[in-house]
Amino acid sequence: MKNMKKIRAAVVVFPGSNCDRDAQRAIKAAIGVEARLVWHKESSMENFDLIVLPGGFSFGDYLRTGAIARYSPVMAEVIRQAKRGARVLGICNGFQILTEAGLLPGALLRNQNLLFLSRDVWLRVENNATAFTRAYGKKQVIRLPIAHGDGNYFIDDEGYKKLEGEGRVVLRYCASDGSDEAAPNGARGNIAGIVNETGNVLGLMPHPERLTEPILGGADGRRMFESL
Amino acid sequence: MFKVKVTVMFRKSVLDPQGAAVERALKGGGISFPEVSSVRVGKVVELMMSGTDARSVEERARLLADRILANPVMEEYAVEVEPLS
Repeated sequence: MKNMKKIRAAVVVFPGSNCDRDAQRAIKAAIGVEARLVWHKESSMENFDLIVLPGGFSFGDYLRTGAIARYSPVMAEVIRQAKRGARVLGICNGFQILTEAGLLPGALLRNQNLLFLSRDVWLRVENNATAFTRAYGKKQVIRLPIAHGDGNYFIDDEGYKKLEGEGRVVLRYCASDGSDEAAPNGARGNIAGIVNETGNVLGLMPHPERLTEPILGGADGRRMFESL
Repeated sequence: MFKVKVTVMFRKSVLDPQGAAVERALKGGGISFPEVSSVRVGKVVELMMSGTDARSVEERARLLADRILANPVMEEYAVEVEPLS
């Protein structure tokens, strides 16, 4: 990170977001940047290099997860900045909002076993050439927490083939040794995280921001922020 | 005024874990309904809309169903419009 110009980062706060401060703290811990918290009502904001849509339960997850947040005034701005090339990182509820907004394909359904899953999972970095994962090794196996009721990634056959063919599946649930293992939530192809066509928008269900410092029990999430 | 009812269901191609759980319960020991199959759980949204005629109200209702009440990636919807006298 030396000799690099500091990036400008924002974390969007929706009513019901609950990982906004965690994300802010993680960014500070990993790359020393003070991210600005942006309230969802803001319809214009200065240009950022990184915009995080944090985890939580925006608007109580009523209707569908992310469905209401997707129409918050700030989202038009997020979409504009994503088109401009800004990096947009959607974590958990943020991922759900990104699919609802059409910035990422597919949708997140109820977990197959209908349980709210709150535990650590093993993940394999399937693509370490993205802007979000370049600090990880090839096929590196990492441990991050999940905490969601709707993380069952769904996409139709055609969309799945496209994601796979374009190397846009970035993270997959796996066993601790990195071998294939069914996703705890039933996600298609064990998908835990994907990027958009231009590689500047990443959505993932696990929480990298919750494991960025050893005192928190691990730091596997830190490299995601260092990548940026 | 028109009373509008939007019914949202998962697409056939989407597994509905909630429906599957309800089906298991219906067939299971506590309440035995072995003749049941293909349970799907959806949602119904009722709303009132103002407008001049049922056709244009339905068009608007479809628009809002398409844009927010349903997610076309995984869901389909039906719209019913009933004029209130």
